[in-house]
Amino acid sequence: MADMNPKPWSETTVVGKGIPRIDGRELVSGAARYSLDMDLPDMLYAATLRCPHAHARVVKVDLAKACEMPGVRAILSDADKEANVPWFRKMGPPGANPQPVSRLFDPHCRYAGDEVAVVAAETQEQAWDAVQAIEVQYEKLPFLTNVEDALKPDATAIHEGGNHPGQPNAYSRGDVAKGFAESDIVVEETYRTSCELHTPVETYGAAVRWDGDHLTVWESTQSPFSIQSGVASALKMPLSKVRVICRYMGGGFGSKQDTNKFTVIAALLARRTGRPVKYFLSREESFLCMGNRPAYSLKLKAGMKKDGTLLALELNAFGEVGAYPAGSNPVGGMLRELYTCPNVKTTEELIYINGGQIRAFRAPGYPQGAWALEQMMDTLAEKAGMDPVEFRLKNAATVCATDANKPFTSNGLPQCLTEGAKAFGWKEARARAKSDGPVVRGVGMAAALWSNVARPRSTVIVKYYLDGSVNLNMGAADLGTGMRTIMAQVVAEELGVPIARIEVENADTGTTQYSDGANGSKTTMIDSPAVRAAALDVKYKLLEAASEQLKVPAAGLTLKNGEVAGPAGSPPTKVGQLAIMQMQQVVVGVGVRAPHPSDKSIRPFAAHFAEVEVNKRTGEVRVLRMLAAQDSGRVMNRLTYESQVIGALTMGIGMALTEQRILDGNSGRMVNANWHDYKIATAMDVPAELTCLPIDPHDMEVNSTGTKGLGEPALVPAPAAIANAFYHATGVRPTAAPFTPATVINLLNQGKRQG
Amino acid sequence: MDNEQERRNALSRRRFFSSVAGGATEAALLGAAATAEVRAETQEAPGAEAVKLVLHVNGQAHALLAEPRWTLLHVLREQLGFTGTKPGCERGECGACTVLIDGVARYACMTLAVEAGGHQITTVEGLMQGEELGAVQQAFLEEDAYQCGFCTPGQVVNIEALLRKTPDPTIEQIREGVSGTLCRCGAYAHIFRAVHRAAELKKAVS
Repeated sequence: MADMNPKPWSETTVVGKGIPRIDGRELVSGAARYSLDMDLPDMLYAATLRCPHAHARVVKVDLAKACEMPGVRAILSDADKEANVPWFRKMGPPGANPQPVSRLFDPHCRYAGDEVAVVAAETQEQAWDAVQAIEVQYEKLPFLTNVEDALKPDATAIHEGGNHPGQPNAYSRGDVAKGFAESDIVVEETYRTSCELHTPVETYGAAVRWDGDHLTVWESTQSPFSIQSGVASALKMPLSKVRVICRYMGGGFGSKQDTNKFTVIAALLARRTGRPVKYFLSREESFLCMGNRPAYSLKLKAGMKKDGTLLALELNAFGEVGAYPAGSNPVGGMLRELYTCPNVKTTEELIYINGGQIRAFRAPGYPQGAWALEQMMDTLAEKAGMDPVEFRLKNAATVCATDANKPFTSNGLPQCLTEGAKAFGWKEARARAKSDGPVVRGVGMAAALWSNVARPRSTVIVKYYLDGSVNLNMGAADLGTGMRTIMAQVVAEELGVPIARIEVENADTGTTQYSDGANGSKTTMIDSPAVRAAALDVKYKLLEAASEQLKVPAAGLTLKNGEVAGPAGSPPTKVGQLAIMQMQQVVVGVGVRAPHPSDKSIRPFAAHFAEVEVNKRTGEVRVLRMLAAQDSGRVMNRLTYESQVIGALTMGIGMALTEQRILDGNSGRMVNANWHDYKIATAMDVPAELTCLPIDPHDMEVNSTGTKGLGEPALVPAPAAIANAFYHATGVRPTAAPFTPATVINLLNQGKRQG
Repeated sequence: MDNEQERRNALSRRRFFSSVAGGATEAALLGAAATAEVRAETQEAPGAEAVKLVLHVNGQAHALLAEPRWTLLHVLREQLGFTGTKPGCERGECGACTVLIDGVARYACMTLAVEAGGHQITTVEGLMQGEELGAVQQAFLEEDAYQCGFCTPGQVVNIEALLRKTPDPTIEQIREGVSGTLCRCGAYAHIFRAVHRAAELKKAVS
């Protein structure tokens, strides 16, 4: 048997190269068909009526006028028996099946955006028109737009039992009280982050079609297999009867892995009308209803010795979960693991408010946690009279404190800090004389780690055809990371097949095998070892067969360019001439992902450096340049690696400077549900100088490709690095994100008053 | 066209009845069924107010009936099948739907189809040189100037317009030029590089 889980390559010829994407031609030519481009013969279009009130009870829905509108074919509402599908469940331990708290069209509307009815019509415009004609009587209820109000004793209860979805997430090691008592310096500060929206440019939705009792779903999703199981469960169907496909997907950032109401509703409408249904949300709906990164209030207390040795960290964090229960945002994750600290206590809780429900958003919890922790580290370094880089080096973790103090499979954090600082010109920039004019400059840095250690699950098939070309069949979706190209490189590396002769077939639950969703920065680290295993299986089968036929030991044979080469001097044999190929026409290899190592912990690390310019008159902040030193293990493709990093930095600029959902206190409605008023970074906000510095610690233990995950850790420290640069420039700490020009002016004025 | 429309209506009506007969429909909707059936006979898509229109897309003329309220984006995608042009916001914010109208970059979502009649429209598909990629497309491929690729057609078309006007743009001209097309994946730094590369490629050709 071949070793399916060998050590990572010591040398590579294809893996690591900056090969342009294998599907790049489709992307630049407009030929790539996204789920939103699906056009099924005779399909209907759907549109939603959403509750316009922050908190209300639906008293009566009158569909009579809407039913008479041109082109209307069906309307689904809470009056329909088949729409009585439970939705949103309380959080519970894995395997538990907690009680649902709502249903598809819950008459108790808990935020401005809850679904009341959905119309299917001949055209999209007709569907929208009919939505306008639905008459609804609401009983308005008191509403809550922030955690402070939601925690008041007399606050209205958004769910039965109050506004706590569950117990706080508590962690403790050592004794923080003792730690603070032994500290020479103790600092306490409350940091705040704002609610951020994902807003991928391809909005959310699906096109569905029934063929008898078989349902096909073309959905814009990161996680076809989650959608398959979610839809099957909602409609009480076997997994085998639900096929979910996503060939190209236009961005997700974590928000496209949950099962969506729209998919189930589209399936119900399609069943009722006997026609395919396309149900995509509008841009405004994407702001209201498709998840967010929760706003957090993070009260952090830290204690250390005079020499800069960390002794105690205590975090009390409250976040907004929105109107329905959702998975955790571990804002304390980094605090528990990034630095050596004997006494740590974290308490984290998410509270109901009348806003859209949260969803995973690129490193859930971690950028918020880093915002607090890494500004605090900056403050502590200053108080200890140490350089921020030196201070972090002194305290950097050497083992994983939350995982039985196991060592890491690799730990590139010290290298990220030192080599990042060197490449950035940190010392020189830090020492540069300050301007006393209205425009001041500063540099700051921050560090991070990321945890993505869920059980790895992936099965991959590699088909080697008799002409030496290959089909790589795998379940993972490519949400824009270049995953398909990276995986083709793995196959090319192992089987000696030119990239152009490899076809990647992926993200189709009907024709590919299970893979966990493209989330947690896991796809490369989970699936590339499975791809390698499948390729090794093919190679083993081919070379064993060749060995038997050619009477040469398999160990002396190599496979390249569709030929099996033997000992020097002997002519190569075309794979198509092997008896096994004559018999089968194809050799199929299967790779199953091996488990993580049990004696070590896996963490990617990062250190970010930023230079900013602050105009003290206008409050404008410009990021002049950033450098990201990333230890994500092996670089699989230099180009796509860099793309992940510059994209993450860009998102970090948005979180630090511009992005915030605004819920109006008077109406409870979101007032900036569009890209004019909710400001994501544009080309004008991003410097050309975003430098990616890969730190590869040659991890030989993490898995067979030496990869640890990149997309999320590349974001985590970025906003805090910008905040620390702002502090360096102005001497004022921006504890609340984002710091917009208006807040900067306020901050500087307060700073003046205090100074 | 008329025959096609009749066939479609007939089909729709039959399917509607078959679904009602399926028994899933509630009483409230049964009332609606009769009226919806009447509508199915009189309903026309495009609606009765539709006007005749000739659109010149990528050098080819397309004659069609269009409702005056239809945007160029809608007609390109839904009527003519040019799905390279992407809808991102449909309100002039993101630029994913950018096309060239007489060589100038325009948001197709903010242009009515009837306004575009008689003008030369170029979509991302029209920037191909036969089977070969155009200069901007080639540069995007080489520089990995995309991630999910959804905003890419709009970026490519917009930069084509930028380079036609400013063949050798400075970084500030590029940033300003690209500022009307949003990329949530944040590929801007690579897009800037791709603009420089495309400028080189264009010069090499001319």
